[in-house]
Amino acid sequence: MVAKPREQNLEFEAAERNLSPGMANQAWGLEDSATDFKETELTLGPPGESRDAGGKSGTKRGFCETLDLNLTGSNAKRNDPGAQSQQEACPTAKHPAAKAKLVGWPPVRALRKNAMRSDGCNYVKVAVDGAPYLRKVDLEMYSSYKHLSEALEDMFSCFTIRNYFNAGKLMDPVDGSEYVLAYEDRDGDWMMVGDIPWQIFARSCKRIRLMKSSETVDIEPITPPK
Amino acid sequence: MMQPFPDEVLEHVFSFIESDKDRNAVSLVCKSWYEIERMCRRRAFIGNCYAVSPEILIRRFPELRSLEIKGKPHFADFNLVPEGWGGYVYPWIEAMALAYPCLEELRLKRMVVTDETLELIAKSFKNFKVLVLNSCEGFSTDGLAAIAASCRNLRELDLRESEVEDLSGHWLSHFPENCTSLVSLNIACLGSEVSFSALERLVSRCPNLQSLHLNHAVPLDELPNLLRRAPQLVELGTGAYSADLRSDVFSNLAGAFSKCKKLKSLSGFWDVVSAYLTALYPVCSGLTSLNLSYAAVQSPDLIKLINHCPNLQRLWVLDYIEDSGLEALATSCKDLEELRVFPSDPFGAEPNVTLTERGLVFVSGGCPKLNSVLYFCRQMTNAALVAIAKNCPHMIRFRLCIIEPHTPDYLTFQPLDTGFGAIVEHCKELRRLSLSGLLTDRVFEYIGTHAKKLEMLSVAFAGDSDLGLHHLLSGCESLRKLEIRDSPFGDKALLANSGKLETMRSLWISSCSVSYGACKLLSQKMPRLNVEVIDERESSDSRSEGTFVEKLYIYRTVAGPRLDMPGYIWTKDRDSAIRFS
Repeated sequence: MVAKPREQNLEFEAAERNLSPGMANQAWGLEDSATDFKETELTLGPPGESRDAGGKSGTKRGFCETLDLNLTGSNAKRNDPGAQSQQEACPTAKHPAAKAKLVGWPPVRALRKNAMRSDGCNYVKVAVDGAPYLRKVDLEMYSSYKHLSEALEDMFSCFTIRNYFNAGKLMDPVDGSEYVLAYEDRDGDWMMVGDIPWQIFARSCKRIRLMKSSETVDIEPITPPK
Repeated sequence: MMQPFPDEVLEHVFSFIESDKDRNAVSLVCKSWYEIERMCRRRAFIGNCYAVSPEILIRRFPELRSLEIKGKPHFADFNLVPEGWGGYVYPWIEAMALAYPCLEELRLKRMVVTDETLELIAKSFKNFKVLVLNSCEGFSTDGLAAIAASCRNLRELDLRESEVEDLSGHWLSHFPENCTSLVSLNIACLGSEVSFSALERLVSRCPNLQSLHLNHAVPLDELPNLLRRAPQLVELGTGAYSADLRSDVFSNLAGAFSKCKKLKSLSGFWDVVSAYLTALYPVCSGLTSLNLSYAAVQSPDLIKLINHCPNLQRLWVLDYIEDSGLEALATSCKDLEELRVFPSDPFGAEPNVTLTERGLVFVSGGCPKLNSVLYFCRQMTNAALVAIAKNCPHMIRFRLCIIEPHTPDYLTFQPLDTGFGAIVEHCKELRRLSLSGLLTDRVFEYIGTHAKKLEMLSVAFAGDSDLGLHHLLSGCESLRKLEIRDSPFGDKALLANSGKLETMRSLWISSCSVSYGACKLLSQKMPRLNVEVIDERESSDSRSEGTFVEKLYIYRTVAGPRLDMPGYIWTKDRDSAIRFS
């Protein structure tokens, strides 16, 4: 019951023309020589790069497109096949200092990364009371509480976390319940986020939770918030 | 048709046939053989938990004793599969608790296992013997306590590389005093300390213990106590391998190792203090497998150790070994079959060690039995790959990871097409391949032409166009698993080769150029595939036909649509459900 490739080609050619108006309508002729095909293929390198240059970048997406949890915030624009402009915002491989980290690359397992304790990854789980799924964030990606709170806001966009460190509390606009940001440290104790210097927090945080205010009786701030 | 033998005779004959492939062939001979075979099949392997349902399995094989199930796709290891995707084993256990009261063995990989699941296992299977949880998650040490307490004939408890919520080490003490059946215990992934006295007592009373993998929390000075109680060990995973340099600790350790005459495999070695490696010398000549991939040991010390291990067949090591260490390996270890070199600093911009293509060429030249390679490095040449291919025509697994995407041959600046082409051309038995570096569509043409035994292929940042994917799908006859990321493959090749997808276990494509519209078309055309569009960025209602999907996971199934999908997965059945509601 395997469909013959030829029949499929014709069927999908017709469908394909309706599918992608932005692409040149070339027949999917598999016998075409490689050079003919090259004429019609999309150029997928960054703008300004010649097609024949030795170092061809084959990916549609620049490195920053695949950053952890898509934190760049420009996701809505990246799906236009014709648009190249989002590539301009991406740091290139030529500038190692500015290199953005790819998700899951190089393919080293988290267990191994955390065990090596290199300047690699420090994945911790983030849970929100009432939300069905956990997320994982890599604390190595952030340099401050503010940076982390912005990322968390993107992830759980129903909360205005940004005001957290001013007001100390968050409000869920839907049901009016209040949330606080807490973390579990290496000793298994639950603490308020924001009480200790960022670097120490990043090393000692095992997981993060947005807890409803009503459940925070056991959490001790180390020092009174400033 | 007259049956020359009674059923019992056939059943007895079939009991000598163990491989699934052979059993499947037997069941196709005729109806009565199908019936006899299915009643006496004792073991089943399910490569994708969503390809079949518990009900279908139980209906066909009512007398299983051993089951292996795999859940999430491989790229889940690298955080590419979002949380909540699936792979829950509970429904399987729930169904089997009723259908297979005699179940003895369960091996799970990349599945979500809860404490509730473990408690159900402990309660339901009176003769439960083997539990292997490979890269699983979702359970805590409370669940382990239930297993330890209830499974009176437990032989194997192996938690390799699982993510366990570590509430305390107390669970180990739940093994009853009359439990003496353990053969294998692997707790390497656990964080917290277990009671050493409980561990010592457990080890003492299990005379058949062959494999013991400790966790980091077991200190080095505790190790001799355990070894003296289990000198019959064949496989040992140490705990932390560091202590203050003291001669009494050293001689105690060396003395304990010298009593372990059967030791063949060593691993663990977290936080190594190199001076203590020489305590291993008494067992080195018998070692066939050495895993130093967590050990930050410099090349000279590694070379000294490897020179004492002439019978090594498998070595896992960090790139601290450098080219010089690999040259020594090639000289000392002529029986080497498998080499894995992991990166010590994968995210550093500059190399921190001198590990290049030369190291791998040395080993390929010096070790004629080399058939399995995983190699992380920062530079490669076509010439090196051609040399490796010619040196190792019996290669079965070749996984090369050049850390920087799109890295060309550093001498010629050419793509690495020719090099990988040589690999697939010379290594006719190749079953698994992972590509990296700068690659054009040409490499896929080579693979499609030559890699006829290839079963699993991993592609990242490679290729120019759909032609590349088309070469793979139309050429690789044995392809079962294909995973692709960040490559310019799109709709055409996928749709033109949709029939191929039913001959494979699964296809993963992420950050490529497959449109949402093509996914919908593919879904309609191929009812026996589950086409999962995994996209956390926006809801499928607001998605346009031309939008490229973030992640796509396609697999064949006889179980129909999944009922446990999170909201960020679109399938055609979701759409229909909305339309008819």
